[in-house]
Amino acid sequence: MKHLKLGLVLLFAVGLWGPGAWAQQRQIPLDQLKSGLDFSSPEVRGLQLDDDFASPSAHGIDKGAQLWSQVAGKNNKSCASCHGDASQSMKGAATRYPAIDKATGKLFNLEDRIRNCRQKEQKAINWPLESDELLAITLHVTAASKGMPILVSIDGAAKKHFEAGQKLYMTRQGQMNLSCTQCHDQHYGQRLYNDKLSQGHPNGYPIFRLDWQYLASLERRLRFCYASVKANVPTWGHQDMRDLNLYLMWRAQGLPIEVPAVRK
Amino acid sequence: MAASGLLLGVDALAQVDKLTLSGLAESRLRTFEEMVKPFVVNQPLEKGGVSLTLPELADNGHLVPLHLKVDSPMTEASYVSHIYLVSQRNPVPLMCLFVLGPWNGRAEINTRVRLSGTQMVVALARFSDGTFRYQTQEVAVTEAACVDNGT
Amino acid sequence: MSNARLQLPPRIIEGDVFKLRLLVNHPMDSGFLRDIDGVLIKRNVIRQLSCTLNNQEVFRAEPTTGIAANPLFEFYLRAVKSGELYFRWVDDKANIGEMRHALVVIPANSSSAPKS
Repeated sequence: MKHLKLGLVLLFAVGLWGPGAWAQQRQIPLDQLKSGLDFSSPEVRGLQLDDDFASPSAHGIDKGAQLWSQVAGKNNKSCASCHGDASQSMKGAATRYPAIDKATGKLFNLEDRIRNCRQKEQKAINWPLESDELLAITLHVTAASKGMPILVSIDGAAKKHFEAGQKLYMTRQGQMNLSCTQCHDQHYGQRLYNDKLSQGHPNGYPIFRLDWQYLASLERRLRFCYASVKANVPTWGHQDMRDLNLYLMWRAQGLPIEVPAVRK
Repeated sequence: MAASGLLLGVDALAQVDKLTLSGLAESRLRTFEEMVKPFVVNQPLEKGGVSLTLPELADNGHLVPLHLKVDSPMTEASYVSHIYLVSQRNPVPLMCLFVLGPWNGRAEINTRVRLSGTQMVVALARFSDGTFRYQTQEVAVTEAACVDNGT
Repeated sequence: MSNARLQLPPRIIEGDVFKLRLLVNHPMDSGFLRDIDGVLIKRNVIRQLSCTLNNQEVFRAEPTTGIAANPLFEFYLRAVKSGELYFRWVDDKANIGEMRHALVVIPANSSSAPKS
């Protein structure tokens, strides 16, 4: 009886002071989480897993490594000047973005963080969102977290972004009047036209998307989803995309980062 | 011999440009004759002696692995001089032309093609003596390449 | 900057028929797809790719829109002697890509001692 009481007190305590992440319930629990790879065809899985040399992302990988060491901007620094070997210094970075930038209080996704660094620290001409360079360098940074489980913070200043993202995810939109949750929580594994619906996790980004014959960021993919349900597509850099990104990362916690990922 | 073989390749390319289907809405299936005639013309053509492998079901037509191998000693006396990969339904029928010689030692190639919908693929091999051999494979393609699915 | 990847076996002995793998970075724009803003991307594909060894052409591919983006070509060569492999490709816009590689072929009758 004493133990039960103690147990209840502890449970209560954890509920109050534990990380906010665990106080929320996910629609898909950890043991049922599946990467998009599990919903992909054998050919796509083969392209991602079988052969590093001929990965469709090969050029992005090579370019990212080259850009990392490339000196740029008024401060004449490269990423390597401050961060050394990315495979060490960037370990875990991709698992915890989007995150709040302490200086501005804004929610940065990984691309925002890289661009911010380029502008502030290197004082270099910035790479636009979705540019080849940004995609390549994001791939390079993400590679350092290969196999590491996603773990984002939704506490403190991130909390309101998480809630906004959750709301976006649950709200029907567009001419087709669909919400993300309908397809990706309720109907994953089933077919929509030719596609097998995945659970919609962001653990592989930036991916090589076969349909686009190109590397693509999560933001591009989300905008495409909006277009697909015939909703107004948010402008590049929109806050909604970052809020949604944070929610998706929270929802995918525990899934390992895949890089270089290939999707259809 | 090799030079005339190359000319044959160039002529054939010009001819197949004329066969290019205008307007993807058509995507009519070409006949086998239409697919190989520009290259073979009147030369002897036989099935077999060529292995062609693609997935039977390609979920995405944008990147379909293709492997082919032609039986040949690849010596000066007898070798494969050209290999044509021809599509039954793509907007452009000839997917790729390969030029080989005895120096290759083996007439075997791996590449990745695009397939605009379910169709038959033909691998056509021209030998140093001017004869041709071929192999075909049907590929079911769930999502066609060359068709725009939006941004 | 690397615009292609080449893979060869680590040890090539005279007489071997060895596989070369070449992965070229090129969008192979078919002319049928649209970009992010909905604008049609003009056709631009590699029209011809050649591999020469000591100035003799030993492989040639003439792709069209039917070859996938970032084309992969795997083919074979009979190892005769060491020399320079030179890859060259040209696309519809007349952009030229090239790559050179020093091919090392170990003579058949030599010991495995590395060449100087």
